[in-house]
Amino acid sequence: MTSVLEALNNGLQRALADDSRVVLLGEDILDPYGGAFKVTRGLSTAFPERVLTTPVSEAGMTGLAAGMALRGLRPVVEIMFGDFSTLTVDPLVNTAAKLRWMYNDQVSVPLVVRTPMGGRRGYGPTHSQSIEKLFLGVPGLRVVAASHFGDPGELLYRTILRQDDPLVFVEHKLLYGLQVIDAGAASDFEIERTGSAELFPAYRLTVRGAPSPTLTLAAYGYMAELARQALVRLAYERELFAELIILTQLAPLDAAPVLESANRTGRLLTIEEGTLSAGWGAEVLARCSESLGSRLAAAGRVAAIETPIPAAAGLERRTLPEVDDILRAAEKIGAQLHA
Amino acid sequence: MPDALALYRTLVLIRRFEETILAEYRRGAFSGTTHTYIGQEANAVGVITNLQPDDIVVSNHRCHGHFLAYGGDPRALFGELMGRVTGVCGGRGGSQHLHWRNFYSNGILGSTLPLATGIALAEKMQQRQTVTTVFAGDGALGEGSVYEAFNFASLWGAPLLIVIENNHIAQTTPIALGLAGSIADRLAAFGIPASRLDTADVLKVSATVQALLAEVRQSQRPQALIIDSARFGPHSKSDDTRPIEMIEELRRTRDPLTIHGNRLAAIDRETVDAEVEALVRAAFEQALSDPPAGGAL
Repeated sequence: MTSVLEALNNGLQRALADDSRVVLLGEDILDPYGGAFKVTRGLSTAFPERVLTTPVSEAGMTGLAAGMALRGLRPVVEIMFGDFSTLTVDPLVNTAAKLRWMYNDQVSVPLVVRTPMGGRRGYGPTHSQSIEKLFLGVPGLRVVAASHFGDPGELLYRTILRQDDPLVFVEHKLLYGLQVIDAGAASDFEIERTGSAELFPAYRLTVRGAPSPTLTLAAYGYMAELARQALVRLAYERELFAELIILTQLAPLDAAPVLESANRTGRLLTIEEGTLSAGWGAEVLARCSESLGSRLAAAGRVAAIETPIPAAAGLERRTLPEVDDILRAAEKIGAQLHA
Repeated sequence: MPDALALYRTLVLIRRFEETILAEYRRGAFSGTTHTYIGQEANAVGVITNLQPDDIVVSNHRCHGHFLAYGGDPRALFGELMGRVTGVCGGRGGSQHLHWRNFYSNGILGSTLPLATGIALAEKMQQRQTVTTVFAGDGALGEGSVYEAFNFASLWGAPLLIVIENNHIAQTTPIALGLAGSIADRLAAFGIPASRLDTADVLKVSATVQALLAEVRQSQRPQALIIDSARFGPHSKSDDTRPIEMIEELRRTRDPLTIHGNRLAAIDRETVDAEVEALVRAAFEQALSDPPAGGAL
């Protein structure tokens, strides 16, 4: 059994070992500490010259890494908390994401910014957010989110070595402790790859032995786990059979796996931990609505309510989407269809 | 020792190029924006004449002078400003976003300091023996990322020459309204030695830069040069709010072409003037007749 934390650590270790152009930059990433969430543990001992601990300068280190990428290195930046990634926006949006295109494809900028997003740990308003939506829709910037389904270590390895554009790699904090669930490894549900994406695959998850699904759930990251729990409960407790589409590449959005599923089920529920407005779900839903027209009979979005995330556990639970919220939203869509 | 006539030639090339842009903007040959370098030519020429072929230049929004001093093709630069397929970046970048060989520019003030520091460190980590030179104006010193870059450059030993062209005005805001303390002290606070020049003399700039580059190469650490300078033209095209008498005084006392041109024989100077005039005109006409940028987006 491998945890997501071990898988990501192994992905970084393999990338450093396989390619001497890979360098890691980040705050407090040196051993013995090994990073705030320990994703880089052991790496500074194994590769002391290529694992660089930085001052508390997220904007500076991201800009620096863009320059390194422009001149032949493959830098991987760790932003300690996803909340701090707001400080990387200018170097990412106005430099890294634009250079290849505005220089007429004469350069490449293989820069990866990894960061843990997400709440449910009581860290409060500035250490709990899921703000990856701020990076969606930026031309030239790819956004990828790991989950515990598939192979997150391989996903990170490919992110670093198999593509040449700036990329934000989102890791939800609660994923670190989960065990990786590879295709076919689960008991009460089946998981298979879907869609044609090679580097950043999508997955379809269905309840084992269930009838044809009448509802599509779409999620990524840690919400894929809550959506999986909802999927099983919908089947066993309410005889509402759904399938879950899990995306790893959030931007540019390849909606095809969701479209294919929603075209069959006619109902779509998007599930994300960030706030509702102008989020990932809104974009997925818009794409499906544009393509499916009236074949999409009912749709909805599950997301966080639009307040800052409270520190108190009880308040935080009411802010962020839970399994029960998914169940309620799924039933509401079902009711709409039958009304 | 750089050839005095060659230096003069590049000074004139930049001047005529920028004057052509301003004149032809009014006639509609260009669209978009520009930031002219008129008055600051000695900085670009005096610095870049000392670089080795593989050295790297990182420039800002006011980049035409740096690009031409680096050896960039005037026709390709005209073409870039006109949106021609022959443009430096095929018309995608425009005036502020140029890349050719080891020359890079970007239009976000301050963003180029971390970029250049990362470039310099990447070169050092790959044992390439180059020096990276980054140009920034006094206006960029209001950006926080500049100081993060100073810290990184000093902390990690970047082979970087930081050239601050202090033209004492950020768009329309005079330096007295935008900058506290001293520029040199800001660099000193990060352990980056800063030399200062108050000159429009290309030979003085060149001599100082020659020594600084040797120091950067030897020490593999950053150095800075602050050049008190004057821009004669507007920030962009027609947005100069300074009194005309002030500009005239600057032109009288701080014109790099006059200062360096006076060292040359009149006949040599006139020959270069005519030659460059024809070259710039031909480059402009060529670019004008080049096909518009097209192709896939």
